[in-house]
Amino acid sequence: MTRKNLVLLLVLLAVACVLPFLVTDYRTFQFTLVLIYAIALLGLNILTGYNGQISLGHGAFYAIGAYAAAILMDKFGVPYWLTIPAAGAVCLVAGFLFGLPALRLEGLYLALATFALGVTVPQLLKYHHVEQWTGGVQGIVIAKPEAPFGLPLSADQWLYYFTLAITVVMFLFGWNLLRGRVGRALVAIRDHHIAAEAMGINNALYKSLAFGVSAMYTGIAGALGAIAVQFVAPDSFNVFLSIVFLVGIVVGGLASISGAIYGALFIQFIPNFADEISKAAPWAIFGVLMIGFVYLMPTGVAGAIRMLRARWAARQTVSMKVKLKEETP
Amino acid sequence: MPLLEVRGLHASYGPTRVLHGVDFAMEPGSITTLLGANGAGKTTTLRALCAMVRTSGEIRFDGQPIGRRATEDIVRLGIAHVPDGRGTFANFSTEENLRLGAYTRKDRGQVEGDLERMYGYFPRLRERRLQQAGTLSGGEQQMLAVSRALMLRPRLLLLDEPSFGLAPLVVKELFGILRTINEREKVSMLLVEQNAAMALELADQAYLIETGRVVLSGTAQDIRGNDAVRRSYLGY
Amino acid sequence: MEALLHQVLAGLATGGIYASLALALVMIYQATHLVNFAQGEMAMFCTYIAWSLVNAGVPYWGAFFLTVGIAFVLGVAIERIIIRPVQNGPVLGIVVVFIGLLVILYSIAGWIYTYTIKTFPSPFPSEALFGIRYMSPHQVGAIGVTLVVLVLLYAFFRFTPLGLAMRAAAQNPVSARLVGIRVGWMLALGWGLASAIGAIAGMMVAPIVYLDPGMMGGVLLYAFAAALLGGIENPWGAVAGGFIVGVAENVLGAFVIGNELKLAVALVLIIGVLLVKPSGIFGRVHVVRV
Repeated sequence: MTRKNLVLLLVLLAVACVLPFLVTDYRTFQFTLVLIYAIALLGLNILTGYNGQISLGHGAFYAIGAYAAAILMDKFGVPYWLTIPAAGAVCLVAGFLFGLPALRLEGLYLALATFALGVTVPQLLKYHHVEQWTGGVQGIVIAKPEAPFGLPLSADQWLYYFTLAITVVMFLFGWNLLRGRVGRALVAIRDHHIAAEAMGINNALYKSLAFGVSAMYTGIAGALGAIAVQFVAPDSFNVFLSIVFLVGIVVGGLASISGAIYGALFIQFIPNFADEISKAAPWAIFGVLMIGFVYLMPTGVAGAIRMLRARWAARQTVSMKVKLKEETP
Repeated sequence: MPLLEVRGLHASYGPTRVLHGVDFAMEPGSITTLLGANGAGKTTTLRALCAMVRTSGEIRFDGQPIGRRATEDIVRLGIAHVPDGRGTFANFSTEENLRLGAYTRKDRGQVEGDLERMYGYFPRLRERRLQQAGTLSGGEQQMLAVSRALMLRPRLLLLDEPSFGLAPLVVKELFGILRTINEREKVSMLLVEQNAAMALELADQAYLIETGRVVLSGTAQDIRGNDAVRRSYLGY
Repeated sequence: MEALLHQVLAGLATGGIYASLALALVMIYQATHLVNFAQGEMAMFCTYIAWSLVNAGVPYWGAFFLTVGIAFVLGVAIERIIIRPVQNGPVLGIVVVFIGLLVILYSIAGWIYTYTIKTFPSPFPSEALFGIRYMSPHQVGAIGVTLVVLVLLYAFFRFTPLGLAMRAAAQNPVSARLVGIRVGWMLALGWGLASAIGAIAGMMVAPIVYLDPGMMGGVLLYAFAAALLGGIENPWGAVAGGFIVGVAENVLGAFVIGNELKLAVALVLIIGVLLVKPSGIFGRVHVVRV
């Protein structure tokens, strides 16, 4: 990473750290949700953006993570911070298992299968045979964690810092994963899977792992989400959640880590914004934006920013060259 | 006035330029052949005439520029293209393929008569009228492709490597029928061929294309008789 | 035994509706190799239009045919304006556009008509038809309408020049252009027809499941399952698949897994078919050269 980028990142991190003291508790809560969505979107991006496997059902993994956390806390009294890695582990396995049959599905067919999954999740969660665990239609309510060690933070602020810490860890891990061999293998598989296999990449292993890791990220986000919102119920995890995630990575930028953050900001704040434009049909605005981005900004916000920076850098180089020419006798 | 005039034709597949300024012309009623090695740009030239690739330059049919028109409109002007690989509708019957050839014609009544004429030129197609086109042999599919193009009652017939994959005797038979059709029905033909010997037997005019440019032109007779040219360019 | 027969017959009735929607999906897939994720919402939206017409006093069959016409135009418009620009782009972009369409239609329907459930009239009389005991008149009528639509479609594609041209454009667009077929418009026509069929399916299912913006979600899933089961490239397969799925849904729902998990049947079917025999029961396997 260039020094300029590193400085930018540190500044961003500093701002993120002082944010709760500058805004209301409610806004802090909203930013917590942004961080949670960012983790979920990074997960989906690993699978769809970097590895090219389209998932229209990632809401299912978010739901699994959320319910895992809720059930552990509610039925087994597990402390909230332990549920995060637990949810991650469960979803890693679940994702990997789903990824195995998904190996045989390409493009549109995978989209179709995951779409079916996304639509069916609420019904599965409401199934009366597992009601004792899932709480049926009403779901499960969980208590909001208080700041530990008597720190002078409100519950919302503490949750924000807790989430921020996890977000930083997940993003570091993801960045490291994607810029190395694994990332290159994933992209190679996405762009030309036959050539990738011919070069010795074990497609099956990488693709299933991509599913697993992607699910793990989204599951962790789901667990955090459950704790933040303080309850889980089947109808919050319908297919529209999966659609929202898809929108997030398309708008934010496919195959881009920063894209996850732009996307998260979009899906957290735009629905409120859309609500103001049209009280009754905010989703219609969402849909129009989705289509608009595919036509006009297919590389997403991250891609657009990358392009602008490249153009600016090019202009700098030209003006520097002109200056040098003028100065040299 | 020449039936077809091509000037400064450039064509690209995406970013790759294939034709670098092709010039040639055809008189009405003639059979002209474009010769050249693999990858020289012969097929691309035919495709360019039908707007199947991106082009720049001038293409005039009967004096009218057609470079900016869509394929479907060029067909309606009376240019029929028999593509390489034949392009038959494999899942349809032989007769359905032929009827599709007449899709744009307004004179519905004449279509039946034309069908009969095609079966007259190619009796084997009549035997296989209701058979699925994909199950026909290579030679029969070529005959079907040519017949389908002729069902348009075209003024100009474009043929892309009609001899490809066919036994020499079959090619001879096919080319004989093409000569007959050209004389009897005044259909001009532009023939792209790798098999230079047979093409020069059939054609009146010949152009030699190499790496996207015309490098040689003349009557088929002259080129046939020019030993030096034959040996260095045509390999026989 | 009687209960089983009852479920099978009910399954055939809903199966006919799934078959129609599956047919619409297959038509678009054959021509474009794209799965129209928004097919259900398009059908739902047109059903609401029919509801508005009926409510405005238009007699049922007048509203029915008017809606079919509107649905046709809507389908053509969507193809020309929204789908055409992205048709040849990457798969993900196309999927996002479809989903965007789905979301827009759902939301606008909810906005105009609210999310409260409405009843939709059935054109068939309320007393049993021809003394058939095991099926309601609407169910009999729905099967009848499905069959009429299928026969008309078959006749159109098989015996009319336009139908032949559409099939040609779907099968081999390059060659179709070379015989002068305007492939772009054939595509639009296909979308129009698919949309019209979807609208008919919507109007047949609405009296059963009641009209609300989410009405077609489950139906779409069953239609996907039916289309895959029968072979996504095969119209007849889609029809057969529809009836099979309809019966399976009802029988399994009533006797095996309970009504709650009926949608899961579709999910299992979809994943199962895609894994075991992606070309479906009646489909042909395509070998793609690398």
